[in-house]
Amino acid sequence: MAGKTLYDKLWEMHEVSRRDDGSSLIYIDRHILHEVTSPQAFEGLRLAGRRPWRTDANLATPDHNVPTTRAERAGGPQAIADPVSRLQVQTLDRNCRDFGILEFAMDDPRQGIVHVVGPEQGATLPGMTVVCGDSHTSTHGAFGALAHGIGTSEVEHVLATQCLVAKKMKNMQVRVEGTLGPGVTAKDIVLAVIGRIGTAGGTGHALEFAGSAIRALSMEGRMTLCNMAIEAGARVGMVAVDEKTIEYVKGRPFAPRGELWERAVAVWRTLVSDPDAHFDRVVELRAEDIKPQVSWGTSPEMVVPVDGRVPDPDAEPDPVRRDSIVRALRYMGLQPNQPITSIRLDRVFIGSCTNSRIEDLRAAAAVVRGRKVAPNIKQALVVPGSGLVKAQAEAEGLDRVFLEAGFEWREPGCSMCLAMNPDRLGPGEHCASPSNRNFEGRQGAGGRTLLVSPAMAAAAAVAGHFVDVRELLPAGQDAAA
Amino acid sequence: MKAFTKHTGLVAPLDRANVDTDQIIPKQFLKSIRRTGFGPYLFDEWRYLDVGQPGQDCSTRPLNPDFVLNFPRYRGASVLLARENFGCGSSREHAPWALEEYGFRAIIAPGFADIFYNNSFKNGLLPVVLPADVVDELFRQCEASEGYTLTVDLEAQTVTRPDGVQHRFEVDAFRRHCLLNGLDDIGLTLQEKDAILAFEARHRTAYPWLFQGP
Ligand code: SF4
Repeated sequence: MAGKTLYDKLWEMHEVSRRDDGSSLIYIDRHILHEVTSPQAFEGLRLAGRRPWRTDANLATPDHNVPTTRAERAGGPQAIADPVSRLQVQTLDRNCRDFGILEFAMDDPRQGIVHVVGPEQGATLPGMTVVCGDSHTSTHGAFGALAHGIGTSEVEHVLATQCLVAKKMKNMQVRVEGTLGPGVTAKDIVLAVIGRIGTAGGTGHALEFAGSAIRALSMEGRMTLCNMAIEAGARVGMVAVDEKTIEYVKGRPFAPRGELWERAVAVWRTLVSDPDAHFDRVVELRAEDIKPQVSWGTSPEMVVPVDGRVPDPDAEPDPVRRDSIVRALRYMGLQPNQPITSIRLDRVFIGSCTNSRIEDLRAAAAVVRGRKVAPNIKQALVVPGSGLVKAQAEAEGLDRVFLEAGFEWREPGCSMCLAMNPDRLGPGEHCASPSNRNFEGRQGAGGRTLLVSPAMAAAAAVAGHFVDVRELLPAGQDAAA
Repeated sequence: MKAFTKHTGLVAPLDRANVDTDQIIPKQFLKSIRRTGFGPYLFDEWRYLDVGQPGQDCSTRPLNPDFVLNFPRYRGASVLLARENFGCGSSREHAPWALEEYGFRAIIAPGFADIFYNNSFKNGLLPVVLPADVVDELFRQCEASEGYTLTVDLEAQTVTRPDGVQHRFEVDAFRRHCLLNGLDDIGLTLQEKDAILAFEARHRTAYPWLFQGP
């Protein structure tokens, strides 16, 4: 009999019951909530007269709507200028109070983007099932956890029952062997993977990233990878547990201590795919072949290396794809065959649950240090992923580096990743962004998003257009994140 | 939840691949704390020429005449024909809420994103997966004849064309059962309360650190 994959093991650890129709009841260890996808779920609980099954499994923080300027933040939720955003943030506060759920509210130093806060607190642990009403919950799979996004009906279901009804997915492995070149990061790996398999390439699969290049990544890098598994169509992204995982978790507020720590670590070490495990699909990439990536279109699969060119629709034989390219070029205001490095930018945003951790900020600061934001850039923003990331960056003096270069240094939140708060692109503006989605209007109606790594975004900010970050790196310096 | 058994309705063709949830319902409308009110803002950026705001009255907004749902012949459509990977992107359940409130009961495509697919079933909206060549043919027929309708039968798992040709589709037994009967998922799960409690007790013994706060 073939061995088990990491996903098989996590599934078995959490299967409460199996029904005749092939679905299962899966137990949920951690449920993370934010203000956007939870209000209707709490309302549903109230209407049905139900209570949360286990309040201590839940953790909440507002992130999508919160303002990021210190001025607007200073007055607390009641001072949020947009009345609709204000009501949503206040509703989360009220629901958490009413139902006894731990919340890092807007003025708590631990507040931040859900997918940054969970791991940072050790609220995401190896071997857990983690869900949140947010598709980028796949991020938490970097810890050898089974983590995925859910809709609002399921948020209510988890609150009420601590379980989800699910059907086991197929197993898929993406193997990346070899060594990444200097200036090439986890973000470039995952963009290259999506470019290869497409945004539906992982549909119906739980995706495990493996291989020597993945093992070599830090936990931050692995979170970046798993974060974008959903952009490859896979609800679940995972990396097996190793010493780096255990080291990262150690000492965090929610992590076990003492004798329990030893017991937990013994279990966590088994959270790897067996050598003879069967994967339904395997995709292989060589790390040496991966260059810094830039997305040029309106889907994350529309991506090329920085030394490449915008594609020519006339060269695409498939009519549906050709039509998508024509439409994307029109929306993005780009010409066929245009070199990527000729794309001029209007704004640069460094943030989002993909790339707003301390390592990302260090990588961007390394490029920016001693340089200035180019005059054609209207705005360059740095939005740390959490209050604790912000504090750490300030302790390292990174805020000064950014401010001296002409960046703005903001309070934590989702910010311009999806522009639910006042941070947004104007119509037609081009933005280099280390976030995860370049959909039409994602960063503001009519805005044009080009996805890159934090180092590439920083390089674009100082050049005013895309450049190969490898040309800006001092010898021996690495932008790996 | 609204039950779905069999539905015959006018078909609207949305001929684009990878239609994402940001297009189905843009983020500014996600600020609502209610479950309703999203229908007028479905496909907002494609449907109107201005930028919509939450709570805005849509009856006087300028419509985009080039957007397919605004063509008079598709007015009142309740079956949406779509391309691959429909509903990709975010987990927002506001997307099926908006589609359902607009009047759609079924969506036919060669493939759906997993979370959107799942969310649709919870809201009485049936996503139907048919092979790409079959969907191609439906697009051709739909565009060729005004007033084109399809019958989607969940019980029989078939889509029936006006020319009588039937296409069978697959659907999970559990999802089918819940949607046919309009069952409340939570109520069903709570019938297994004892099994959950027993599992939880075993889980707590095996992995006590999962039950600790900070
Ligand atoms: S940072 Fe962006 S992708 Fe991440 S949770 Fe916030 S809005 Fe979603």
